[in-house]
Amino acid sequence: MHNILTIYKKELRSFFTSPMAYVFLVVFALVNGYFFTNTFFLYNQSDMRSLFGIVPLVYLFFIPAVSMGLISREKSLGTLEIITTLPIRERDIVIGKYLAGLSLILVALFTTSIHYITLYNVGTTIDHGAVFTGYLGLALLGGVYTAVGVFSSSLTENQVIAFIVGIAIVLVFFLMDKLLMFVPASLAGIVQYMSTEFHLSNIARGVIDTRNLVYFGSVIGFFLFMTTRVLEARKWS
Amino acid sequence: MIRIDNLSKNYGHVQAVKSISFSLADKEIVGFLGANGAGKSTTLKMMTGYLSPTAGNVFVNGNNIIEHSLEIQKQIGYLPELNPLYAEMKVYEYLKFHAEIRGIVGHNFKKALERVVVDCAMQGIVHRTIGHCSKGYKQRIGLAAAMIHDPKILILDEPVSGLDPNQIVEIRQLIKKLGKEKLVLMSSHILQEIQATVNRIIIIHNGEIVADGTSEELISDSKGMTQLHLEIQDADENSIQEMKAMIPGITVISFHKMNASVQVTLEYNNTSDPRKNVFDYAVSNGWTLMEMSVSKRNLEDIFRHLTQDGDPAHA
Repeated sequence: MHNILTIYKKELRSFFTSPMAYVFLVVFALVNGYFFTNTFFLYNQSDMRSLFGIVPLVYLFFIPAVSMGLISREKSLGTLEIITTLPIRERDIVIGKYLAGLSLILVALFTTSIHYITLYNVGTTIDHGAVFTGYLGLALLGGVYTAVGVFSSSLTENQVIAFIVGIAIVLVFFLMDKLLMFVPASLAGIVQYMSTEFHLSNIARGVIDTRNLVYFGSVIGFFLFMTTRVLEARKWS
Repeated sequence: MIRIDNLSKNYGHVQAVKSISFSLADKEIVGFLGANGAGKSTTLKMMTGYLSPTAGNVFVNGNNIIEHSLEIQKQIGYLPELNPLYAEMKVYEYLKFHAEIRGIVGHNFKKALERVVVDCAMQGIVHRTIGHCSKGYKQRIGLAAAMIHDPKILILDEPVSGLDPNQIVEIRQLIKKLGKEKLVLMSSHILQEIQATVNRIIIIHNGEIVADGTSEELISDSKGMTQLHLEIQDADENSIQEMKAMIPGITVISFHKMNASVQVTLEYNNTSDPRKNVFDYAVSNGWTLMEMSVSKRNLEDIFRHLTQDGDPAHA
């Protein structure tokens, strides 16, 4: 456990010692803020649903960019050889890095809470529960995308490739729900269940169903497990 | 302390390490010498758990690396080749990171930090950013990180490559000092470096161990041939060949005809000494011996002889 924490602290420190994390946070806040406030006063409704529609789109690029360097950078620097020959399990390295990436995403997500404050001050009959579950859904979605990002980062030592692979995989999850009409009816149920949008929309409606939580948990677990295996595979190269 | 048992590693079809075996004892400085691509780094990577052996095993104090890699990694300090570091970290943070993973925190970390800072002569750079340090200091930072838990075993892959002569001398002295209380295994492709630092040399070539011993042992074991340089007046090639036929155990390596004399180089096994016979033969033939000098093969010749043939394997 303390190893996970040590890796976690190292990664967070490396995020915030470079200007990159700050640039990400500012860009994330600005992009979401722009698209949200653009329509917010136009609709004149006291809800944040439009934000919850925008953030997943921004995530598509934002999360692979945040997580692209988590492992690929260690590979290109050669420091992977240092941390994998320290007495620490590959699993702990992966979890520590994952949690650091996720923390940055959650901080970014937190910047959008300014819109909630606006809403709270100018809105009427706000459904606070829906706002809460909306955020929960976005946090879980961030968790899935970060796991994908860590996985794609483990595949290569080139951060650009890690970024593109990351986008490709999260796009698949994102689009599955939208391409249902092209899928044979017999597979539609499975494909729908695999898509993040399906589970996200359930949660965003204000329903916290364990099936949705299990889905998010399993996808995160699957990608972290695969990342661990990729790191271990170096031994048999 | 460490036993390497028929260790092999294949990269695809390339056999980088071919069933090597050796043992290392406590408080020994051992040099792992080989040309680039001979299999040195691959062997060290298997000893530290970065790579898994294709066959064979590594035993450290009875534990084997395949099943107990974490246990072994706790006992080892490892400096990988090219000394990769996190350039954006401060020296202090980097050492703290290593210490935390090794479970050294609080007061113990302070003590460990003081120890490695003194040992590696890093006073004054502890609060610097690693990327701003000179190459010599970076090497010491890598070493300090490998030593932060005061391990009984240090494995250093090319610890002095790329350093200037003064830095090399400093690192060499540090390694010698460490070797008094630890097992230090260092690799190098530079013979002089190894010879100046270590007690025992293991030479690896094309993934196989071709020599193992102190430098004196290697010289005497290496079917070491001694060369005898002669300059003789009044001799010709035929008479030299006749001499070779008369004196057992000598071979003619070279023959040069000069104006009034010939220069001949003979070679003979270290176990015999034909110099008296050569002298007597010269006298009996009425030759005038202008020069007779002996040159022993040194370690460099032996290293070149052992590692010259064949294609280099994968690193």
